[in-house]
Amino acid sequence: MTLTRLSRTWEPQPEENKKTNTPTSKRTAMRVIVPLQGVVQGRGGLVLGSVIPVLFYFLQLYLKRHRNDPNDNQPEPNDPAPSTSPSSSTENLPELPGLARSLSRTLLSPRSPRVPVYVSGRVGAILKDSETPYFVGLKKVKEDPYDELVNPNGVIQLGLAENKLSLDLIKEWLAENAGKAILDGGGKRGELSMSGIASYQPSDGLMELKVAVSGFMSQVMGKAISFIPSQIVLTAGATSATEMLSFCLADTGNAFLVPTPYHPGFNRDVKWRTGVEIIPVPCRSTDNFSLSISALDRAFNQAKKRGVKVRGILISNPSNPVGNLLDRETLYSLLDFAREKNIHIVSNEIFAGSTYGSEEFVSMAEIVDLEELDRNRVHIVYGLSKDLSLPGFRVGVIYSFNEKVLAAAKNLARFSSISAPTQHLLTSMLLDTEFTQNFININRERLRRMYNEFLSGLKQLGIKCRKSNGGFYCWADMSGLIRTYSEKGELELWDKLMNVAKLNVTPGSCCHCIEPGWFSFCFTTLTEKDIPVVIERIRKISETCKSHN
Amino acid sequence: MFRLSCKLLSKVATSDGHGENSPYFDGWKAYESDPYHPINNPEGVIQMGLAENQLCFDVIQNWLMNNPKASICTPEGVDAFKEIAIFQDYHGLSEFREAVAKFMAKVRGNNVKFDPDRIVMSGGATGAHEMIAFCLADPGDAFLVPTPYYPAFDRDLKWRTGVQIIPVVCKSSNNFKVTREAIEGAYKGAEEANIRVQGLLITNPSNPLGTTLDRETLKSLVRFVNEKNIHLVCDEIYAATVFMSEPNYVSVAEIIEEEDIECNPDLIHIVYSLSKDMGFPGFRVGIVYSYNDRVMNCARKMSSFGLVSSQTQHMIASMLSDEEFVDKFITESKTRLAVRQQYFSMGLYDQVGIRCLKSNAGLFVWMDLRKLLKEQTFEDEMALWKVIIDEVRLNVSPGSSFHCSEPGWFRVCFANMDDKAMELALTRIRNFVLKNKDIALSLKKQCWHSSNLRLNLSSRNLSSRRMEEIMLVGMMSPHSPLPQSPLLQART
Repeated sequence: MTLTRLSRTWEPQPEENKKTNTPTSKRTAMRVIVPLQGVVQGRGGLVLGSVIPVLFYFLQLYLKRHRNDPNDNQPEPNDPAPSTSPSSSTENLPELPGLARSLSRTLLSPRSPRVPVYVSGRVGAILKDSETPYFVGLKKVKEDPYDELVNPNGVIQLGLAENKLSLDLIKEWLAENAGKAILDGGGKRGELSMSGIASYQPSDGLMELKVAVSGFMSQVMGKAISFIPSQIVLTAGATSATEMLSFCLADTGNAFLVPTPYHPGFNRDVKWRTGVEIIPVPCRSTDNFSLSISALDRAFNQAKKRGVKVRGILISNPSNPVGNLLDRETLYSLLDFAREKNIHIVSNEIFAGSTYGSEEFVSMAEIVDLEELDRNRVHIVYGLSKDLSLPGFRVGVIYSFNEKVLAAAKNLARFSSISAPTQHLLTSMLLDTEFTQNFININRERLRRMYNEFLSGLKQLGIKCRKSNGGFYCWADMSGLIRTYSEKGELELWDKLMNVAKLNVTPGSCCHCIEPGWFSFCFTTLTEKDIPVVIERIRKISETCKSHN
Repeated sequence: MFRLSCKLLSKVATSDGHGENSPYFDGWKAYESDPYHPINNPEGVIQMGLAENQLCFDVIQNWLMNNPKASICTPEGVDAFKEIAIFQDYHGLSEFREAVAKFMAKVRGNNVKFDPDRIVMSGGATGAHEMIAFCLADPGDAFLVPTPYYPAFDRDLKWRTGVQIIPVVCKSSNNFKVTREAIEGAYKGAEEANIRVQGLLITNPSNPLGTTLDRETLKSLVRFVNEKNIHLVCDEIYAATVFMSEPNYVSVAEIIEEEDIECNPDLIHIVYSLSKDMGFPGFRVGIVYSYNDRVMNCARKMSSFGLVSSQTQHMIASMLSDEEFVDKFITESKTRLAVRQQYFSMGLYDQVGIRCLKSNAGLFVWMDLRKLLKEQTFEDEMALWKVIIDEVRLNVSPGSSFHCSEPGWFRVCFANMDDKAMELALTRIRNFVLKNKDIALSLKKQCWHSSNLRLNLSSRNLSSRRMEEIMLVGMMSPHSPLPQSPLLQART
């Protein structure tokens, strides 16, 4: 048993790895090959020499098989489900050398022996996923954040979708109203009720907050729709709302169709722990990155041919990162498509209240409301992180018409409930509809102004953006600045923007955009004063790029 | 018209892996449909199935009132609001991590240090357990878990991860102690069934037993996991509820630093939470503390699925950084728990001869009702449990829901109610026993033959004098009168 395991998981001691810095598989292969070469050199034979490559090939094959499937001789009849990542060992390999070691080792006794330890197959994949430019950029900002006065040469954050434009309004409200909003905890006015905040609460959120959230959703998504509080499950952030739906709607190995470019976080939310796949459905700049049903259909059929069961479509509306809205017509045809294929629709509408263009936002809930049919296949993900600019408070919403999904999600919410004091605070805030309406209006106005300013800044540099109607991003075409029209060229430019211009932006490849050269700029973390600084930094890069080209 | 069938949902959504169809949760439902309230519903079911620590709510309440800044949502605290509201880094606020690390050390008698950079947040201990299972095991792999164990482990460890639990059978004959032999046996069984064992999960202090593991046992467990090269997950969420000064509480964090033990720290992981020790499960603060870098890094990425609201992080950071308050709180909480546990178990024993497993921690007692079973079967246990819910109107949790190998044991929580409710619970039990003469008789017999499980008050070393004083006051106070003798009760 122990031997089998050793050959299976390959996790050499990191110390050892640091020294050699070579992937372990290679080393092992070498160890076996070297004596063979000795044989060849010793006897000299030409025949043997030519046999070696063949032997080598078989050896590699053998090693590979042996490593991947240690249970060849011991099949596990009871294995209920295939591993989410069957080739756990190979996936663990590449990023081992890059692992940072924590200083906290000093806390432990130095005698501790370290032998290889086996962890789950997904660990490798997750750690690797966090090395994409999207996450690397976030880390760089954290290490060296820009500050006009204290750190004027620091990294400017344009990669994290948070909205700082209207926080003053919320702060003002709190100062005036929330003195006791938390501590009231469901008790009588002015009376501190510990049991209302400290005790166990319903895992899927307090009913009061559900009522308040459904009111806010109607406010944001159009008053025509009334959201029913009992169809809401509250959870810690839209991240876990999306994961919960992924767990509910698909089994390991099943897939979701996701139009590209899509938010880099979807890989985490949909795939990491569920073992569910994402099948990217490319949208093109020539179509203004709008969703095409025929592309969906193609992707669906290709998956079918591969034997992959598609369980649903995951859309974001307003789209993240492009910022366009899905019109009523598209939503209807999407529903038709889902009906035809008998699959689910998960509509991520977390930016619904952050629209600022002339186009009208239409929620999937409205379509279903009129349609009556097939409500069971429609699920909406919402949250307060974007529209109320409170990402720290971790409030995510599942709004579903499917009772079974709601029941399962309610139980799943135990893994990620929202803290009760935060719920009480938000309940009283959202029930103040005068405040929320005012907030939504002013916030939209500020978003519009920032968007326009940022857009015109980029325009001066000759960089064009897709017209956006909502969300926190400018989706910019910088293909004119890349040296080779490829992902490599795009990442080179990203590297310059990151390390030379000190701008954390998200390259299109992170969003699975199939056309190189697109970048997303989040403009809501900036102040108006910051815009010229950012534009100036881009200008410098674009000049060096142009001179190279 | 097409209809979406159940088939279109996942196994996760359609299975009953959530475990809510067990007596453990059924009892909760019985309570929820008719909850006791001193004025509105005095005949209702008293909730004794919920391990909640409400005995020190007033202490925390006072602190919150005196520190309005902490909640950031008061005129005094609002200046910190902007920074906090937007904070969404999955590492957590650094002051939060530091405060929690310090608190964890304090709760363990400051015998060990915890590195704030290793504190990983999760949605309660529930989320923490699932996270660690996701990190350590692939679907089909297994964890060894000594029985009786917390019923919701079946949900936390298995439901979404596809991991299995292999019970390690512990018996009443040695007070449910975990033995090396039992663990070896379970491990061997798994090997024979071709199941890959990835770890051993222990709760220390134990839920539902309320006992702690001694140093030697812990060492042998650490040796075991090192020999087999599997993980050791230690659930220490009741660490601060250890209300006896003897025996000392020992955390696994201490063991791995001991001289005479060879331990690969990459195998050791601690699950912690503030729900029990501080008594605020509503705040949903769970912690994974892993000594394994890869696991820690991966868990941190996963914590995106269950981050604690930054407002709450800030509030807790302020509270736990107030060392004077924390010291006072820990002592006070232990004292009150000791008093409550003593009073409750003595009430059970002295009046009607019901015994509990000797315990030194936790928010519950492990009540022995074997003598009340007509036959020693789980069917009879369920029958008795139904009677307790329906007639005695108490929601206690039957041992079978904890995968206990022997019928007749029940977990009874005592810290989630005030003195009056506890008195009422005792009265109900007493009346029930006296009404059923055969039961009374069998318990009487038991009184005289009590053996190793006997409550031995004199041996309980209540160190602080204050504790004794409080006990006295508590017992003599007119608000919680000394229970009358069964004879007296019978006459009235």
